[in-house]
Amino acid sequence: MPFRITVPLVFVVAFASVGVGGLFLSDGVRSKGKPDVIKIVSSLPRSGSARGQTDSIVQGIKLALHEVNHQITLTDGVTYKLEYLDLDDATAAAGNWTIEQEIANANQAKADPDVMAYIGTYNSGAAKVSMPILNKAGVLMISPANTATSLTKPGWGGRHEPQCYRPTGRINYTRVVPADDVQGAVAAQWAFELQAKQVYILDDNELYGKGIADLFHMTCEERFGIKVLGQESIDSKQQEFKPLLQKIKDLKPDMIYFGGTTQTKAGQVFKDMIAVGLRCPMMGPDGCYETAMIESAGKAAFETAPFYATFGGLPISELQTGRGPQFVKNFTDYFGKPPTEAYAAYGYECGLVALDAIRRAGRKDRDAVREAGLATRDFVGTIGTWSFDANGDTDSKTMSVNVVKDGEFKFVKKLELKK
Amino acid sequence: MTFAVEPTFWTAFLQQTIDGLAFGALIALIALGYTMVYGIVELINFAHGDVFMLGGFLALTVLVLCGLEGLGVDQNRIKLDDLGLWAKAGLIALCLLLAMPFCGAINFGIDYMVYRPLRTAPRLAPLVSAIGVSFILMNVGLFWGGAQDVNFPKLVSDDNLLPADTGLRLTAKNAMVFGVTVPLMIALTLFVRFTKLGKAMRATAQNPTAARLMGINTDAVIGITFAIGGALAGAGAVVFALDVGTISYTMGFQNGLYAFTAAVLGGIGRIPGAVLGGLIIGLVRYYGSAYVGESWTGALIFGILIVILVFRPTGLLGSPTREKV
Repeated sequence: MPFRITVPLVFVVAFASVGVGGLFLSDGVRSKGKPDVIKIVSSLPRSGSARGQTDSIVQGIKLALHEVNHQITLTDGVTYKLEYLDLDDATAAAGNWTIEQEIANANQAKADPDVMAYIGTYNSGAAKVSMPILNKAGVLMISPANTATSLTKPGWGGRHEPQCYRPTGRINYTRVVPADDVQGAVAAQWAFELQAKQVYILDDNELYGKGIADLFHMTCEERFGIKVLGQESIDSKQQEFKPLLQKIKDLKPDMIYFGGTTQTKAGQVFKDMIAVGLRCPMMGPDGCYETAMIESAGKAAFETAPFYATFGGLPISELQTGRGPQFVKNFTDYFGKPPTEAYAAYGYECGLVALDAIRRAGRKDRDAVREAGLATRDFVGTIGTWSFDANGDTDSKTMSVNVVKDGEFKFVKKLELKK
Repeated sequence: MTFAVEPTFWTAFLQQTIDGLAFGALIALIALGYTMVYGIVELINFAHGDVFMLGGFLALTVLVLCGLEGLGVDQNRIKLDDLGLWAKAGLIALCLLLAMPFCGAINFGIDYMVYRPLRTAPRLAPLVSAIGVSFILMNVGLFWGGAQDVNFPKLVSDDNLLPADTGLRLTAKNAMVFGVTVPLMIALTLFVRFTKLGKAMRATAQNPTAARLMGINTDAVIGITFAIGGALAGAGAVVFALDVGTISYTMGFQNGLYAFTAAVLGGIGRIPGAVLGGLIIGLVRYYGSAYVGESWTGALIFGILIVILVFRPTGLLGSPTREKV
């Protein structure tokens, strides 16, 4: 009898010790990582209303990795396998990015020693959350979509911005899209090209919208001599803005600029502009450059007056320089159809920048990759040749202006801000 | 302030007055629902704004079923330009005919299921339940129409009905707003004042116990009051959707807040008071935006409410002798 009991007991003890040892072992493996693997992660809102755009970004990243066959040989003589992790910083319940999710993603990337680059975020607010965490870990961040100026440029935001995002004092954050200071100025340039003599400016009183409206205001007056009839903030909780638009109508503006997004009532402002009988063009920033804008204002409204939206880059159809044409061809070969959203090119660009930084670093070392990433100069990308400046911003000043026609945004013109 | 020196000052002022009165009439229609319910059971029905919102979504669904574009359906749709004047008028009438009983039934149902069991409970219990019902309805709206603003088909044009040389605009939309709201308000006043049921309502409002002793079925009377209030909200929702051109699941909250303020401003429980309060709020909203600043309108409206409540706690038309609160 005792024999019968002892044998299983031995097994139990043996399994338990192996299990415990395995736990320790696997923990040891985790903290050291796999020696021949380099991971690139992205943190984007994969659920909710931005899904369409982030799908394109992820496809772009996947294409960049596919082109190098998911492996990279560095000057240290090792051929590393490239792995990609597609993290979601949104929850289905919120329908939008959440602080908790973005923190979790940043911590996951920080804890995994194989992670050499973090592609994200999509929302500028989310970047503010993950930047300090990843800065301490020294992970290179490359954003395909953030435009808030205060993330990188001193003097645009609060007194402690952007230093508060860089607790170590070193810079780890870069972005491949021009920031809002460029966008506001380019919008003013377009107003000038439309021969607007006097404009009225509205904003949604939020960080993004008001910031870009203020820049538009400044550039109009100082650089182009366009008269600004007034600037006012709206309360985006109001349901309609007829009295405001009625007042603006009597001032006879040649154009209305709305600094805000579809979510802060851009569609309603446009609709009320038509309702009071004002027939001048309206323009908005890239927060209005989405199909939701057309849906909320109704297709018919855009036949009465033009609506322009600026965008920090070029739509797919206009990618004619640098790697643009090659990108569209490879994308079509790989996914079976051409990219639909303009953001695909920026996801691809982020992937290329990450690979280029790893290659130039020459070894699997976060700090070396970070330094190499920030030292990206004269990079041949999909929208031309550009470099990162001292703040980690692209020096590309290429933007496009689009207009709503037949129920969708159509490209009008490529605009380059004179440096 | 920009017009102060311009010769068109009075034209602009009159224009804002016309638009403000139209907006105010709409708010008044919703405020009537608040004030009637308060008058009879002394309960602020916080779900009223959300009943209004659901009315808007029902109207849109009716239009989509009739073949118009909306709610994500855009294949093989009837073009608005192809519809004649009478077809459009018919669609509006259909929306009204369906939204009014729909919202009336919801409001009646809320009373039947939620408020009636709490009739003898402490005052706070139905009030908190009302807030709960408001959240439930808002989420139904979120499920129905999605989180984003939804475009409503433009069945009524912005064409000016006045000769152009007056410099004023009284649009077809304005006319539609007045054309629906004013008759409804008159009908309601006549109903409450001159019918037997109206008399029963007034009796129940004055003293429910005495009314019951006189043989009035007070529960039925209260239920009918809820139904009428809901029907007015339904009509308001259709008019609002046609006038503003956008509906969203949050529209019940903002408009409900305005309407509630209007009801308190005019003297809650008083039908003419709700109308007066609504018109005042409409005018303050429009003058405020034109002459003070768009971002100040919310503060102005609620500031006026505070001032009135400090100096006349019963509201503008409330009788000071009746202790209701």
